[in-house]
Amino acid sequence: MFQTFSFNHVLFLAQAGLWTLLLSFMALFGGAIFGALIMLARISLYAPLRFIAKAYIYVIQGTPLLVLLFIAYFGLAFAGYDVPALVAAGFAFTLYAAAFLGEIWRGSIEAIGKGQWEGAAAIGLNWPKTMRFVIVPQAVRVAIPPTVGFFVQLVKNTALASIIGFVELTRAGQIVANATYQPLSVYLTVAAMYFVLCSCLSFASRRLDEKFHNNGVHQPIT
Amino acid sequence: MFYFDFSGTLARWPEFVHAGLYTILLSAAAMLLGLVIGIVGAFARLSSIKPARFIAGSYVEIIRNTPFLVQIYIVYFGLPAVGIRLDALTAGILSLSLYAGAYITEIARAGIETVDKGQVEAARALGLSPYLTFRHVILKPAMAAVYPALTSQFILVMLATSVVSVISIPELTGVANDIQGLTFRSLEAFLIVAVIYLGLTAAFKGLFTVFDRTLFAFKYVGR
Repeated sequence: MFQTFSFNHVLFLAQAGLWTLLLSFMALFGGAIFGALIMLARISLYAPLRFIAKAYIYVIQGTPLLVLLFIAYFGLAFAGYDVPALVAAGFAFTLYAAAFLGEIWRGSIEAIGKGQWEGAAAIGLNWPKTMRFVIVPQAVRVAIPPTVGFFVQLVKNTALASIIGFVELTRAGQIVANATYQPLSVYLTVAAMYFVLCSCLSFASRRLDEKFHNNGVHQPIT
Repeated sequence: MFYFDFSGTLARWPEFVHAGLYTILLSAAAMLLGLVIGIVGAFARLSSIKPARFIAGSYVEIIRNTPFLVQIYIVYFGLPAVGIRLDALTAGILSLSLYAGAYITEIARAGIETVDKGQVEAARALGLSPYLTFRHVILKPAMAAVYPALTSQFILVMLATSVVSVISIPELTGVANDIQGLTFRSLEAFLIVAVIYLGLTAAFKGLFTVFDRTLFAFKYVGR
């Protein structure tokens, strides 16, 4: 009646792992674009923009991701868009990643000394040029390790997309667990797959941090 | 056309209140147990005993590099296969505490590393007992040093309690899910719950500020 947990199931899980990766990258890219805007609004000279960005970050960081996922899923349906789970999940994860990346990057920008701004102003660079040639190139060194660190969070958190029915690694694990009735071995395999993926990323984040000598400043709250 | 209708959902406010209390209790239990696990884990990671270092190190790496959802599935659905059968609430609190403990281990370790060895030697030289040295010279200043990181982690633990709704624990997210199944106003139920979570976040942040002022009053002396 039940199948036994076999290599074919592991292959099925690995395939689902690709969907996990796809969703993670969607969230990373969407979050990077939207997060850059949030960061710019957050450091803007206009108080209303700063306030909006701050409120956005507060709301997203103060609500569970799972609730955010449900709101995106039901909200899009409510607004009349009948979208597949991948789109709803991608949308929710983009909103989520943008808040965290915006905050990480703001920290990185603010880690650059005031002297750099003043120096740039002294040689007559305007704001876009100061950002492009002076601030961002230095801030990137500060920002990369925590950004990779946050990507680990993102990969792990895509597991929640299984709850709204998107078939990624965790949902595939559930399917296999139900078919084989060997939940322990199946979920341990799933966990091992996440572990391989995430520990490589965590290791990379730590190595980059050592390389850039950030000494742990501006690490994301993980 | 779409329109909002909160009436049916709001009429069920006692259920939301009950679920909110459940979330608060779950969070508090996970924070406290996680803190205990974290402090023990931090000392294990810094100990001179190699196996202790190894066990604590692997624990932290395993928990931090796998999704919390999968950890819950392993505890609740997986462990019965080896004869450990836990009810939903125990499984939920256990997985939440283990999850919190791994992150708090790293935070507490960073805190303990800020304590100068000379401080401990001075305390011993002044005749403070090992217990008092541990409590007042190591633990308290260490926790004070990493208090902001610790409280952010506590907030994340509170938000993570939403995930235990998958093993049918009647906390906020689970109850919202039940209610939307009855009222068919899904978006409304989750929007209400989101607002409650925001309120809880603000309340916990306020509470942690009060704790900071009372527990670590020495930080503010002379300022």
